[in-house]
Amino acid sequence: MINVSQIKKGIVIDHIEAGHGIHIFKELHLDELTDPVVLLTNIPSNKSGTKDMIKIETDFKLDMNVLGLIDPNVTINFVQQGKVTSKLKLTLPREVVGILKCKNPRCITNQENVPDVHFYLVDEAKKIYRCEYCDAYTTFKPQN
Amino acid sequence: MADQNSDALSAGLVGRQLIEPGDFSVAELESIFELADQIIADPKTAGDWAKGRLMASLFYEPSTRTRFSFESAMMRLGGRVFGFDDPKTSSVSKGETLMDTAKIISCYADIAVIRHPKEGTAKLFAQSVPGMPVINAGDGGHEHPTQTLTDLLTIRHLLGSCDGHTIGLCGDLLFGRTIHSLVKTLNRWKGNRFIFISPKELRMPEYFLSMLPEGSYIETDSLDDVIGDLDILYMSRVQRERFVNEEEYIRLKDVYILDKKKMKKARQDMIVMHPLPRVNEIATEVDADPRAVYFKQAKFGMYVRMALISKLLGVGR
Repeated sequence: MINVSQIKKGIVIDHIEAGHGIHIFKELHLDELTDPVVLLTNIPSNKSGTKDMIKIETDFKLDMNVLGLIDPNVTINFVQQGKVTSKLKLTLPREVVGILKCKNPRCITNQENVPDVHFYLVDEAKKIYRCEYCDAYTTFKPQN
Repeated sequence: MADQNSDALSAGLVGRQLIEPGDFSVAELESIFELADQIIADPKTAGDWAKGRLMASLFYEPSTRTRFSFESAMMRLGGRVFGFDDPKTSSVSKGETLMDTAKIISCYADIAVIRHPKEGTAKLFAQSVPGMPVINAGDGGHEHPTQTLTDLLTIRHLLGSCDGHTIGLCGDLLFGRTIHSLVKTLNRWKGNRFIFISPKELRMPEYFLSMLPEGSYIETDSLDDVIGDLDILYMSRVQRERFVNEEEYIRLKDVYILDKKKMKKARQDMIVMHPLPRVNEIATEVDADPRAVYFKQAKFGMYVRMALISKLLGVGR
Protein backbone atom coordinates (compact mmCIF):
# COMPACT_ATOMS: atom_id res chain seq x y z
CA MET A 1 0.00 0.00 0.00
CA ILE A 2 1.18 3.54 -0.77
CA ASN A 3 2.09 5.46 2.35
CA VAL A 4 1.29 9.17 2.53
CA SER A 5 2.69 10.99 5.52
CA GLN A 6 0.42 12.68 8.05
CA ILE A 7 -0.22 16.37 7.55
CA LYS A 8 0.79 18.90 10.22
CA LYS A 9 -1.91 21.49 9.70
CA GLY A 10 -4.93 21.33 7.45
CA ILE A 11 -7.93 19.23 6.55
CA VAL A 12 -8.46 15.56 5.86
CA ILE A 13 -11.65 14.63 4.06
CA ASP A 14 -12.22 11.00 4.94
CA HIS A 15 -14.76 8.28 4.13
CA ILE A 16 -15.39 9.61 0.65
CA GLU A 17 -17.28 7.05 -1.40
CA ALA A 18 -14.81 5.40 -3.82
CA GLY A 19 -14.88 7.30 -7.09
CA HIS A 20 -16.28 10.54 -5.62
CA GLY A 21 -12.86 11.91 -4.58
CA ILE A 22 -12.10 13.26 -8.04
CA HIS A 23 -15.48 15.05 -8.17
CA ILE A 24 -14.85 16.73 -4.82
CA PHE A 25 -11.33 17.62 -5.99
CA LYS A 26 -12.80 19.31 -9.08
CA GLU A 27 -15.80 21.00 -7.44
CA LEU A 28 -13.62 22.50 -4.68
CA HIS A 29 -11.12 23.62 -7.37
CA LEU A 30 -8.29 22.03 -5.40
CA ASP A 31 -6.14 22.04 -8.53
CA GLU A 32 -5.90 25.83 -8.13
CA LEU A 33 -4.25 25.59 -4.70
CA THR A 34 -0.48 26.03 -4.42
CA ASP A 35 -0.34 24.15 -1.08
CA PRO A 36 0.17 20.38 -0.96
CA VAL A 37 -3.01 18.42 -1.81
CA VAL A 38 -3.20 14.64 -1.95
CA LEU A 39 -6.04 12.68 -3.51
CA LEU A 40 -6.10 9.01 -2.57
CA THR A 41 -8.50 6.67 -4.31
CA ASN A 42 -9.60 3.08 -3.69
CA ILE A 43 -8.05 2.83 -0.22
CA PRO A 44 -9.09 -0.30 1.71
CA SER A 45 -11.84 0.51 4.22
CA ASN A 46 -13.30 -1.64 6.98
CA LYS A 47 -16.71 0.00 6.59
CA SER A 48 -17.23 0.09 2.86
CA GLY A 49 -14.54 -2.06 1.26
CA THR A 50 -12.85 0.88 -0.48
CA LYS A 51 -12.95 4.64 -0.04
CA ASP A 52 -11.31 7.83 -1.27
CA MET A 53 -9.53 10.43 0.86
CA ILE A 54 -8.23 13.96 0.33
CA LYS A 55 -5.54 15.64 2.43
CA ILE A 56 -5.08 19.38 2.16
CA GLU A 57 -2.13 21.00 3.96
CA THR A 58 -3.44 24.54 4.19
CA ASP A 59 -5.85 26.94 5.92
CA PHE A 60 -8.21 26.46 2.97
CA LYS A 61 -11.85 27.18 3.80
CA LEU A 62 -14.03 24.29 2.68
CA ASP A 63 -17.35 24.81 0.94
CA MET A 64 -19.38 22.45 3.11
CA ASN A 65 -22.41 22.71 0.82
CA VAL A 66 -20.43 21.38 -2.15
CA LEU A 67 -19.06 18.57 -0.02
CA GLY A 68 -22.43 17.73 1.49
CA LEU A 69 -23.99 17.68 -1.94
CA ILE A 70 -21.43 15.37 -3.56
CA ASP A 71 -21.02 13.00 -0.64
CA PRO A 72 -22.97 13.72 2.57
CA ASN A 73 -21.35 10.70 4.27
CA VAL A 74 -17.82 12.12 4.37
CA THR A 75 -16.05 13.04 7.58
CA ILE A 76 -13.99 16.23 7.83
CA ASN A 77 -10.98 16.10 10.15
CA PHE A 78 -9.34 19.40 11.12
CA VAL A 79 -5.67 18.91 11.92
CA GLN A 80 -3.40 21.12 14.05
CA GLN A 81 0.21 20.23 14.91
CA GLY A 82 -0.19 16.78 13.40
CA LYS A 83 -3.25 15.90 15.49
CA VAL A 84 -6.95 15.80 14.69
CA THR A 85 -8.46 18.63 16.76
CA SER A 86 -12.06 18.32 15.57
CA LYS A 87 -14.26 16.16 13.36
CA LEU A 88 -17.33 17.10 11.40
CA LYS A 89 -19.99 14.81 9.92
CA LEU A 90 -21.81 16.24 6.95
CA THR A 91 -25.43 16.06 5.87
CA LEU A 92 -27.10 16.93 2.59
CA PRO A 93 -27.64 20.72 2.62
CA ARG A 94 -31.28 21.91 2.90
CA GLU A 95 -30.46 24.87 0.68
CA VAL A 96 -27.67 25.41 -1.82
CA VAL A 97 -26.67 28.63 -3.53
CA GLY A 98 -24.60 29.08 -6.64
CA ILE A 99 -23.73 25.40 -7.11
CA LEU A 100 -26.61 23.87 -9.02
CA LYS A 101 -27.85 24.85 -12.45
CA CYS A 102 -31.58 24.55 -13.14
CA LYS A 103 -32.29 21.65 -15.49
CA ASN A 104 -35.48 23.29 -16.81
CA PRO A 105 -34.61 24.75 -20.24
CA ARG A 106 -37.58 27.13 -19.92
CA CYS A 107 -36.27 28.60 -16.64
CA ILE A 108 -35.27 32.27 -16.76
CA THR A 109 -31.97 31.41 -15.02
CA ASN A 110 -30.93 29.63 -18.20
CA GLN A 111 -31.48 32.78 -20.24
CA GLU A 112 -30.42 35.62 -17.96
CA ASN A 113 -27.24 35.71 -15.94
CA VAL A 114 -28.82 35.36 -12.49
CA PRO A 115 -26.37 35.40 -9.59
CA ASP A 116 -26.84 33.17 -6.53
CA VAL A 117 -29.81 31.04 -7.52
CA HIS A 118 -31.16 29.24 -4.44
CA PHE A 119 -32.22 25.58 -4.58
CA TYR A 120 -34.20 23.85 -1.83
CA LEU A 121 -33.98 20.13 -0.96
CA VAL A 122 -37.17 18.19 -1.73
CA ASP A 123 -35.95 14.56 -1.80
CA GLU A 124 -32.96 13.60 0.32
CA ALA A 125 -32.60 10.06 -1.01
CA LYS A 126 -32.52 11.15 -4.65
CA LYS A 127 -30.73 14.49 -4.04
CA ILE A 128 -33.54 16.41 -5.74
CA TYR A 129 -33.67 20.19 -5.33
CA ARG A 130 -36.30 22.79 -6.29
CA CYS A 131 -35.33 25.94 -8.18
CA GLU A 132 -36.41 29.14 -6.38
CA TYR A 133 -37.50 30.75 -9.66
CA CYS A 134 -39.35 28.14 -11.72
CA ASP A 135 -39.96 25.48 -8.98
CA ALA A 136 -38.70 22.75 -11.35
CA TYR A 137 -36.83 19.85 -9.82
CA THR A 138 -33.13 19.36 -10.47
CA THR A 139 -31.15 16.29 -9.41
CA PHE A 140 -27.57 16.91 -8.43
CA LYS A 141 -25.04 14.99 -10.47
CA PRO A 142 -21.32 15.73 -10.11
CA GLN A 143 -19.62 16.98 -13.26
CA ASN A 144 -17.27 14.52 -14.92
CA MET B 1 -63.14 45.71 14.78
CA ALA B 2 -63.82 44.06 11.44
CA ASP B 3 -63.16 47.38 9.73
CA GLN B 4 -59.89 47.78 11.62
CA ASN B 5 -58.80 44.32 10.50
CA SER B 6 -59.80 45.11 6.95
CA ASP B 7 -57.84 48.39 7.05
CA ALA B 8 -54.78 46.58 8.41
CA LEU B 9 -55.00 43.99 5.64
CA SER B 10 -55.33 46.70 3.01
CA ALA B 11 -52.32 48.55 4.40
CA GLY B 12 -50.36 45.27 4.36
CA LEU B 13 -50.96 44.82 0.64
CA VAL B 14 -49.60 48.22 -0.43
CA GLY B 15 -46.41 47.82 -2.45
CA ARG B 16 -46.63 44.02 -2.41
CA GLN B 17 -45.81 41.76 -5.35
CA LEU B 18 -47.98 38.88 -6.59
CA ILE B 19 -45.94 36.15 -8.22
CA GLU B 20 -48.06 33.15 -7.18
CA PRO B 21 -51.35 32.86 -5.25
CA GLY B 22 -49.48 31.55 -2.19
CA ASP B 23 -47.83 34.96 -1.77
CA PHE B 24 -51.03 36.28 -0.16
CA SER B 25 -52.83 34.88 2.89
CA VAL B 26 -56.44 33.71 2.64
CA ALA B 27 -57.50 36.82 4.60
CA GLU B 28 -55.61 39.05 2.14
CA LEU B 29 -57.21 37.28 -0.82
CA GLU B 30 -60.64 37.66 0.79
CA SER B 31 -60.01 41.39 1.25
CA ILE B 32 -59.28 41.67 -2.50
CA PHE B 33 -62.51 39.78 -3.30
CA GLU B 34 -64.50 42.05 -0.96
CA LEU B 35 -63.21 45.10 -2.79
CA ALA B 36 -63.98 43.42 -6.13
CA ASP B 37 -67.56 42.82 -4.92
CA GLN B 38 -67.89 46.54 -4.18
CA ILE B 39 -66.60 47.41 -7.63
CA ILE B 40 -69.00 44.93 -9.25
CA ALA B 41 -71.89 46.51 -7.30
CA ASP B 42 -71.03 49.97 -8.62
CA PRO B 43 -68.09 50.04 -11.08
CA LYS B 44 -68.25 53.83 -11.49
CA THR B 45 -67.21 54.49 -7.87
CA ALA B 46 -63.75 53.19 -8.75
CA GLY B 47 -63.46 55.45 -11.79
CA ASP B 48 -60.84 57.80 -10.33
CA TRP B 49 -59.11 55.64 -7.74
CA ALA B 50 -55.91 55.33 -9.78
CA LYS B 51 -56.04 58.82 -11.32
CA GLY B 52 -52.50 60.07 -11.89
CA ARG B 53 -51.01 56.57 -11.57
CA LEU B 54 -49.14 54.75 -14.31
CA MET B 55 -49.03 51.03 -15.03
CA ALA B 56 -46.23 49.44 -17.08
CA SER B 57 -47.68 46.63 -19.18
CA LEU B 58 -44.75 44.44 -20.18
CA PHE B 59 -45.82 41.61 -22.45
CA TYR B 60 -42.83 39.65 -23.74
CA GLU B 61 -45.17 37.30 -25.59
CA PRO B 62 -48.56 37.86 -27.19
CA SER B 63 -51.55 37.48 -24.86
CA THR B 64 -54.47 39.58 -26.00
CA ARG B 65 -56.92 38.34 -23.38
CA THR B 66 -54.79 38.88 -20.26
CA ARG B 67 -53.27 42.13 -21.53
CA PHE B 68 -56.66 43.64 -22.37
CA SER B 69 -58.01 42.56 -18.99
CA PHE B 70 -55.16 44.28 -17.09
CA GLU B 71 -55.13 47.38 -19.24
CA SER B 72 -58.91 47.83 -19.13
CA ALA B 73 -58.79 47.31 -15.35
CA MET B 74 -56.23 50.12 -14.94
CA MET B 75 -58.10 52.43 -17.30
CA ARG B 76 -61.41 51.80 -15.51
CA LEU B 77 -59.66 52.90 -12.32
CA GLY B 78 -58.75 56.16 -14.02
CA GLY B 79 -55.07 55.25 -14.36
CA ARG B 80 -52.94 55.21 -17.47
CA VAL B 81 -50.94 52.48 -19.16
CA PHE B 82 -47.72 52.30 -21.15
CA GLY B 83 -45.67 49.32 -22.29
CA PHE B 84 -45.21 46.88 -25.11
CA ASP B 85 -46.66 43.64 -26.38
CA ASP B 86 -43.72 42.79 -28.60
CA PRO B 87 -40.24 42.69 -27.02
CA LYS B 88 -38.70 43.50 -30.41
CA THR B 89 -39.86 47.07 -29.87
CA SER B 90 -38.19 47.36 -26.44
CA SER B 91 -34.58 47.60 -25.26
CA VAL B 92 -34.60 43.82 -24.89
CA SER B 93 -33.78 43.73 -28.58
CA LYS B 94 -30.59 45.70 -27.73
CA GLY B 95 -29.56 43.03 -25.24
CA GLU B 96 -30.65 44.77 -22.02
CA THR B 97 -30.96 42.41 -19.06
CA LEU B 98 -34.33 41.87 -17.41
CA MET B 99 -32.96 43.22 -14.12
CA ASP B 100 -31.91 46.49 -15.81
CA THR B 101 -35.26 46.80 -17.59
CA ALA B 102 -37.00 46.37 -14.22
CA LYS B 103 -34.94 49.12 -12.57
CA ILE B 104 -35.60 51.53 -15.44
CA ILE B 105 -39.34 50.78 -15.46
CA SER B 106 -39.48 51.42 -11.70
CA CYS B 107 -38.29 55.00 -12.36
CA TYR B 108 -41.39 55.70 -14.47
CA ALA B 109 -44.27 53.45 -13.38
CA ASP B 110 -46.20 53.03 -10.13
CA ILE B 111 -47.00 49.38 -10.83
CA ALA B 112 -45.75 46.77 -13.32
CA VAL B 113 -47.50 43.83 -14.93
CA ILE B 114 -45.23 41.32 -16.62
CA ARG B 115 -45.84 38.33 -18.88
CA HIS B 116 -42.91 36.31 -20.18
CA PRO B 117 -42.47 32.90 -21.82
CA LYS B 118 -39.63 31.93 -19.46
CA GLU B 119 -40.55 30.42 -16.10
CA GLY B 120 -39.51 32.37 -13.00
CA THR B 121 -39.21 35.70 -14.86
CA ALA B 122 -41.77 37.59 -12.78
CA LYS B 123 -39.95 36.65 -9.58
CA LEU B 124 -36.61 37.78 -10.99
CA PHE B 125 -38.16 41.06 -12.18
CA ALA B 126 -39.85 41.63 -8.80
CA GLN B 127 -36.63 40.94 -6.87
CA SER B 128 -34.91 43.66 -8.90
CA VAL B 129 -37.41 46.31 -7.74
CA PRO B 130 -38.24 45.66 -4.07
CA GLY B 131 -41.14 47.77 -2.83
CA MET B 132 -42.63 48.26 -6.29
CA PRO B 133 -45.96 46.51 -6.90
CA VAL B 134 -45.38 43.81 -9.53
CA ILE B 135 -48.00 41.37 -10.83
CA ASN B 136 -47.15 38.14 -12.63
CA ALA B 137 -49.39 37.94 -15.69
CA GLY B 138 -48.06 34.47 -16.58
CA ASP B 139 -44.53 33.08 -16.72
CA GLY B 140 -44.48 30.21 -19.21
CA GLY B 141 -46.07 27.05 -17.86
CA HIS B 142 -45.30 28.09 -14.28
CA GLU B 143 -47.77 30.50 -12.60
CA HIS B 144 -50.64 32.75 -13.64
CA PRO B 145 -51.99 33.97 -10.29
CA THR B 146 -54.59 36.43 -11.57
CA GLN B 147 -56.34 33.60 -13.46
CA THR B 148 -56.66 31.83 -10.11
CA LEU B 149 -57.95 35.04 -8.48
CA THR B 150 -60.46 35.33 -11.33
CA ASP B 151 -61.66 31.76 -10.74
CA LEU B 152 -61.96 32.28 -6.99
CA LEU B 153 -63.87 35.55 -7.34
CA THR B 154 -66.26 33.85 -9.78
CA ILE B 155 -66.92 31.01 -7.32
CA ARG B 156 -67.22 33.35 -4.33
CA HIS B 157 -69.46 35.82 -6.10
CA LEU B 158 -71.79 33.25 -7.67
CA LEU B 159 -71.86 30.61 -4.93
CA GLY B 160 -71.37 32.83 -1.87
CA SER B 161 -68.01 31.51 -0.65
CA CYS B 162 -64.95 29.45 -1.58
CA ASP B 163 -65.69 26.83 1.12
CA GLY B 164 -67.37 23.45 1.00
CA HIS B 165 -67.83 22.84 -2.73
CA THR B 166 -67.59 19.73 -4.85
CA ILE B 167 -65.54 20.74 -7.86
CA GLY B 168 -65.15 18.64 -10.99
CA LEU B 169 -62.07 19.44 -13.05
CA CYS B 170 -62.26 18.00 -16.52
CA GLY B 171 -59.89 17.63 -19.46
CA ASP B 172 -56.13 18.06 -19.44
CA LEU B 173 -55.19 17.67 -15.80
CA LEU B 174 -51.60 16.67 -16.56
CA PHE B 175 -50.37 19.92 -18.09
CA GLY B 176 -53.12 22.31 -16.95
CA ARG B 177 -51.32 25.08 -15.05
CA THR B 178 -54.61 26.87 -14.34
CA ILE B 179 -56.16 23.76 -12.81
CA HIS B 180 -53.15 22.94 -10.62
CA SER B 181 -53.08 26.48 -9.27
CA LEU B 182 -56.84 26.54 -8.62
CA VAL B 183 -56.84 23.21 -6.76
CA LYS B 184 -53.81 24.19 -4.69
CA THR B 185 -55.39 27.52 -3.74
CA LEU B 186 -58.92 26.18 -3.09
CA ASN B 187 -57.35 23.73 -0.66
CA ARG B 188 -56.54 26.71 1.55
CA TRP B 189 -60.28 27.16 2.12
CA LYS B 190 -62.31 24.62 4.08
CA GLY B 191 -64.24 21.54 3.03
CA ASN B 192 -63.66 21.49 -0.71
CA ARG B 193 -63.77 18.13 -2.48
CA PHE B 194 -62.34 17.53 -5.93
CA ILE B 195 -63.34 15.12 -8.68
CA PHE B 196 -60.61 14.82 -11.31
CA ILE B 197 -62.09 13.80 -14.66
CA SER B 198 -59.59 12.90 -17.40
CA PRO B 199 -58.41 10.12 -19.70
CA LYS B 200 -55.61 8.13 -18.10
CA GLU B 201 -53.02 9.81 -20.35
CA LEU B 202 -53.90 13.25 -18.93
CA ARG B 203 -54.32 12.38 -15.25
CA MET B 204 -53.18 14.72 -12.48
CA PRO B 205 -49.44 14.22 -11.92
CA GLU B 206 -48.55 11.87 -9.05
CA TYR B 207 -46.44 14.51 -7.28
CA PHE B 208 -49.44 16.85 -7.28
CA LEU B 209 -51.83 14.21 -5.91
CA SER B 210 -49.34 13.40 -3.15
CA MET B 211 -49.61 17.02 -1.91
CA LEU B 212 -53.40 16.87 -1.49
CA PRO B 213 -55.05 15.88 1.81
CA GLU B 214 -56.12 12.25 1.91
CA GLY B 215 -59.77 11.77 1.00
CA SER B 216 -60.07 15.23 -0.59
CA TYR B 217 -60.34 13.89 -4.15
CA ILE B 218 -61.40 11.06 -6.40
CA GLU B 219 -60.36 10.30 -10.00
CA THR B 220 -62.56 9.11 -12.85
CA ASP B 221 -62.60 9.04 -16.63
CA SER B 222 -66.38 9.46 -16.88
CA LEU B 223 -67.94 12.92 -16.83
CA ASP B 224 -71.43 11.38 -17.15
CA ASP B 225 -71.01 9.39 -13.94
CA VAL B 226 -70.18 12.38 -11.74
CA ILE B 227 -71.73 15.48 -13.32
CA GLY B 228 -74.83 15.17 -11.12
CA ASP B 229 -72.70 15.49 -7.95
CA LEU B 230 -70.98 18.75 -8.83
CA ASP B 231 -71.35 22.33 -7.55
CA ILE B 232 -68.77 23.50 -10.08
CA LEU B 233 -67.64 21.95 -13.36
CA TYR B 234 -64.33 23.44 -14.50
CA MET B 235 -63.63 22.48 -18.10
CA SER B 236 -60.20 22.82 -19.71
CA ARG B 237 -58.76 22.68 -23.17
CA VAL B 238 -56.46 19.89 -24.33
CA GLN B 239 -53.48 21.90 -25.55
CA ARG B 240 -52.05 20.88 -28.91
CA GLU B 241 -48.62 22.36 -28.09
CA ARG B 242 -48.15 19.88 -25.21
CA PHE B 243 -48.19 16.84 -27.50
CA VAL B 244 -45.24 15.42 -29.36
CA ASN B 245 -47.49 13.04 -31.23
CA GLU B 246 -50.23 14.69 -33.34
CA GLU B 247 -52.26 11.44 -33.51
CA GLU B 248 -52.35 11.27 -29.73
CA TYR B 249 -53.63 14.86 -29.60
CA ILE B 250 -56.36 14.14 -32.13
CA ARG B 251 -57.40 11.03 -30.21
CA LEU B 252 -57.66 12.86 -26.87
CA LYS B 253 -58.78 16.40 -27.76
CA ASP B 254 -62.49 15.63 -28.03
CA VAL B 255 -62.81 12.98 -25.31
CA TYR B 256 -65.02 15.31 -23.29
CA ILE B 257 -67.51 17.55 -25.00
CA LEU B 258 -69.97 19.24 -22.71
CA ASP B 259 -73.29 19.52 -24.51
CA LYS B 260 -76.98 20.00 -23.69
CA LYS B 261 -77.46 16.28 -23.16
CA LYS B 262 -74.79 16.14 -20.45
CA MET B 263 -76.05 19.37 -18.88
CA LYS B 264 -79.45 17.69 -18.34
CA LYS B 265 -77.76 15.38 -15.81
CA ALA B 266 -76.25 18.30 -13.88
CA ARG B 267 -77.86 20.08 -10.96
CA GLN B 268 -79.75 23.31 -11.64
CA ASP B 269 -77.41 25.27 -9.33
CA MET B 270 -74.16 23.91 -10.78
CA ILE B 271 -71.92 26.41 -12.58
CA VAL B 272 -69.70 25.67 -15.61
CA MET B 273 -66.37 27.48 -15.70
CA HIS B 274 -63.57 27.58 -18.29
CA PRO B 275 -60.42 29.77 -18.40
CA LEU B 276 -60.96 30.27 -22.17
CA PRO B 277 -60.14 30.07 -24.99
CA ARG B 278 -62.17 26.93 -25.61
CA VAL B 279 -61.93 24.73 -28.67
CA ASN B 280 -64.49 21.90 -28.81
CA GLU B 281 -64.78 20.93 -25.16
CA ILE B 282 -67.91 23.02 -24.59
CA ALA B 283 -70.50 22.96 -27.39
CA THR B 284 -71.73 26.46 -28.25
CA GLU B 285 -75.29 25.28 -27.53
CA VAL B 286 -74.34 25.33 -23.82
CA ASP B 287 -73.57 29.08 -23.92
CA ALA B 288 -77.23 30.03 -23.54
CA ASP B 289 -77.61 27.88 -20.40
CA PRO B 290 -77.64 30.19 -17.33
CA ARG B 291 -75.28 27.75 -15.60
CA ALA B 292 -72.56 28.51 -18.18
CA VAL B 293 -70.61 31.33 -16.52
CA TYR B 294 -67.35 31.34 -18.49
CA PHE B 295 -68.00 34.67 -20.20
CA LYS B 296 -69.01 36.22 -16.87
CA GLN B 297 -65.79 34.72 -15.52
CA ALA B 298 -63.78 36.79 -18.01
CA LYS B 299 -65.53 39.93 -16.74
CA PHE B 300 -64.84 38.94 -13.13
CA GLY B 301 -61.19 38.73 -14.25
CA MET B 302 -61.21 42.44 -15.00
CA TYR B 303 -62.93 43.28 -11.71
CA VAL B 304 -60.53 41.24 -9.61
CA ARG B 305 -57.60 42.91 -11.39
CA MET B 306 -59.13 46.32 -10.60
CA ALA B 307 -59.34 45.33 -6.94
CA LEU B 308 -55.82 43.88 -6.93
CA ILE B 309 -54.26 46.95 -8.56
CA SER B 310 -56.12 49.22 -6.09
CA LYS B 311 -54.89 47.23 -3.10
CA LEU B 312 -51.27 47.16 -4.27
CA LEU B 313 -51.32 50.89 -5.03
CA GLY B 314 -53.12 51.68 -1.78
CA VAL B 315 -55.90 53.56 -3.54
CA GLY B 316 -59.68 53.38 -3.28
CA ARG B 317 -61.64 52.43 -0.22
